[in-house]
Amino acid sequence: MKERLDRQTIALRVAKEFPDGAIVNLGAGIPALAANFVPEGRTVIFHAENGVLGFGGVPDNTGEEKPYYLGANGIPFSPLPGMCFFHHADSFAMIRGGHIDITVLGALQVSEKGDLANWTFPERGIGNIGGAMDLASGCARVIIAMEHLTPKGQLKILKKCSYPLTSERCVDLIVSNIAVMRVTPEGLVLKETAPGWTPEEVQSYTEPTLLLAPDLKEIEL
Amino acid sequence: MKNKVYKTCNEAVADIPDGASIMVGGFGHAADKPQNLIAALRDQGARELTLIMNGAGISGRLGIGSLGGVPFTDEEILIENRQVRKAICSVPASLVMSKPCAFEKQYLAGEVELEYVPQGTLAERIRAAGAGLGAFYTPTGVGTLIEKGKEKRVLEGREMLLEYALHADYALIRAYCADTMGNLIYRGIMRSFNAIMAPAAKTVVAEVERIVEAGELDPESVVTPGIFIDRIVATSGEEKR
Repeated sequence: MKERLDRQTIALRVAKEFPDGAIVNLGAGIPALAANFVPEGRTVIFHAENGVLGFGGVPDNTGEEKPYYLGANGIPFSPLPGMCFFHHADSFAMIRGGHIDITVLGALQVSEKGDLANWTFPERGIGNIGGAMDLASGCARVIIAMEHLTPKGQLKILKKCSYPLTSERCVDLIVSNIAVMRVTPEGLVLKETAPGWTPEEVQSYTEPTLLLAPDLKEIEL
Repeated sequence: MKNKVYKTCNEAVADIPDGASIMVGGFGHAADKPQNLIAALRDQGARELTLIMNGAGISGRLGIGSLGGVPFTDEEILIENRQVRKAICSVPASLVMSKPCAFEKQYLAGEVELEYVPQGTLAERIRAAGAGLGAFYTPTGVGTLIEKGKEKRVLEGREMLLEYALHADYALIRAYCADTMGNLIYRGIMRSFNAIMAPAAKTVVAEVERIVEAGELDPESVVTPGIFIDRIVATSGEEKR
């Protein structure tokens, strides 16, 4: 089996998408790890839907942790100059109103048209929508960070999602553990492959036909 | 002037009847949940409740959202106590699939009702109720199971769904400090659903760490004006289990 990018490396590649000054909301799991890899020289302002903008990383000194300084994922953050707090109606006004530049979310399935399914699967019989529908339909740019296949080896990038949708035609970029793909009106464009992976190998794990970017290259890390 | 200060959480929730609709504040973290009011409602025992909240008691037992992962009280104790008939929320299932919460077990067994509401739509439906609005249109949920049975219109070039205001008989919320007028201030991420539920329910009960005299809070810092608050209880920051 060829080597695939680990979760940290997927997050590192995702963080290269954050321009200086971007307002970014990170979902749980691999997306949350991207906070640790903001490229040097760039400042990113992180938004958490439970009502904070402009927070920093996990406090080094445990004495600085406060129970009311926890992000949406329940992990403590440290204050940064310019940080602010707000209630849920304002928090989702930021999301729905197009004030968040980028959201990074996980996915169970993504279609070639950019449809996203990430809140449940039929066998569970229940699921957590949380803020995902608002984030996916409201943020200017939706980036998906995920493993290319399910733990059982099933395809996740499909012609059409079979799981309940989170939002239609919302995904812009998919960063997986073997490739980077952009959703375009013409179809899914393969832009980068993980070290050692050929386009044909990526295609064999992807249901829709991939278009090859003219500047297709190996993922730069 | 009506006295808003109650001595105990038990007194503050004593009149909640069977069948009431109750908003429970917070996002789902230990610091933002009205833990003492929830415990008092469990002891009070009102049944057939409709709870309106972000998560259906899905994180307290797991200690997700507390310092050091310490378990804390949330809506799950009301659900385990069979006091809940229906939940209106965005997060009804456990955050850890291998450890299902009481609500999802009862839901999958057909014992409780569930209305899924995306988190931003939930916040705005609550805000609309408090602001005297009947409904609004939102793009969130278009093309998903949320749009089922809802009026859809194209506004500003996008498909949007009609969503109605969400009222409640009671709201149980938490803030950091109140003055005797009911004005509230918060710390950090405590505002969440607490600050928006305050205007939206007929009777609003706020649990705070301390209560000060009117005039002691800086009017420039008040987040929730006291006009929205009916009852306040000081808990000294202790969490009842």
